[in-house]
Amino acid sequence: MEEMKDIVLEYVIEEYLEDPDEEITYDTPLISGGIVDSFSMVSLKRFLENKYSISIPDEDATPEAFDSVDKIVDLVNQFLK
Amino acid sequence: MAYSDKVRQVFQNTIEKLENDGLFKQERFIHSSQAADIEVEFPVGSSLKKVINMCANNYLGLSSHPDVVKAAHDGLEDRGYGMSSVRFICGTQDIHKELEKKVTEFLGTEDTILFPSCMDANAGVFEAILGSEDVMISDRLVHASIIDGMRLCSAIHDTFKHSDMTHLEKKLQLHADKRFKMVITDGVFSMDGDTAKLGEMVELCEKYDAMLFVDDSHSSGFIGKTGRGTHEHCNVIGKIDIITTTFGKALGGASGGCVSGRKELVELCRQKARPYLFSNTIAPVVVSGVLRVLDILSESTERRDKLEKNTEFWRKGLEEAGFVLKEGDTPIVPVMLFNAKLSQDFSKDLYDEGIYAMGFFFPVVPQGQARIRTQISAGHEMHHLEKALDAFIKVGKKYDILGKSKKEIVDMYGM
Repeated sequence: MEEMKDIVLEYVIEEYLEDPDEEITYDTPLISGGIVDSFSMVSLKRFLENKYSISIPDEDATPEAFDSVDKIVDLVNQFLK
Repeated sequence: MAYSDKVRQVFQNTIEKLENDGLFKQERFIHSSQAADIEVEFPVGSSLKKVINMCANNYLGLSSHPDVVKAAHDGLEDRGYGMSSVRFICGTQDIHKELEKKVTEFLGTEDTILFPSCMDANAGVFEAILGSEDVMISDRLVHASIIDGMRLCSAIHDTFKHSDMTHLEKKLQLHADKRFKMVITDGVFSMDGDTAKLGEMVELCEKYDAMLFVDDSHSSGFIGKTGRGTHEHCNVIGKIDIITTTFGKALGGASGGCVSGRKELVELCRQKARPYLFSNTIAPVVVSGVLRVLDILSESTERRDKLEKNTEFWRKGLEEAGFVLKEGDTPIVPVMLFNAKLSQDFSKDLYDEGIYAMGFFFPVVPQGQARIRTQISAGHEMHHLEKALDAFIKVGKKYDILGKSKKEIVDMYGM
């Protein structure tokens, strides 16, 4: 669980942060906080699907479900068997 | 539903919140033609003030050029005022086709279709060409009209970090399974004034079998040795699949835009793009003006050469004075102030000195990136630029920001 959180956090930092001084944590609001725009969510979704060999239906890939690392990990766990 | 007091109150509260948040946009009324010297009423009701315009998209100074005005007059006489029809019913004149042909020749593409504006071109082009089995991969700083156009398209959408070719390549690999991949960028980015790396983008698109889309609205007419745009500047003429551009900036500044590129893609826009199908095209008077603009630009590079020299002078002057600028070599020269209120105060003080230049702040630019965006024109003479530079230095001294770094300015005024 903690390992997955770190993997997702690292991906978000690498993928979305523009300012190297900016810091985020597991519960930082990503979409409502303006760090990830709704368009850019698609790469995060595809990353999770490839990394964990899952398929996240579009109806579950909502901005709310992707709004923090904690929430993303909860979402991924729903689809992990 | 009636427009009840309750409903009215909701909208009034929304407007009030914009005002309280400092996001309310106040228009300034210009009582003269668009030019380097303009007469402005601001605030509303005040007497007219003569100021130097440093924020128009009038890059080539053609907005009020006598030859263009005369051509527009002639067009009005010969082809009338309006068409009262969309293109495919009875709204296509010979001069519309002539303009499409001339733009094609000017940009070095296969075909061109006119739109009422470049906003409309960008709104219609993606939906007409791509479908749900495709992907659009756009630079994160593309213009709002492109974002709106992508929202209307069923293809999935991803982004890459601004001008980051390594990141773009990763995205092309990530979406390798899609039917069509389209990479989407501005040619010159309107807020920062930097130029897309089209040479590298063409290489990546060839490597990963992707199409390349460029919005050259802030380039057409003056970027590149003969002003064809960023594809000329980057030596990739003929390799861009879709170029959209506007006639509302350097190319006369009135209105209208186009999609220019691969002939099949242009034809699909003619058949399917909704802003083309369901709206009148450019009025004959404007078409006539743009035709003359393209003749002027094809006859001589004098105006874009003058613009280049003016831009060099302006950028060098600001740098030597100690302002923090965004890097670039285009006529868009952003003077960085970082703090939103400082950008508004600075703009107001410039206006008092007879210089019209606007402050831009969040949400138009990212938080903490407030600036005065200056735009240089071939219509500026040296005395305009010298006076504007003196005013910038005077106001810069007032706020004690000359020679200061970003960190020092932020320490003084905050983000």
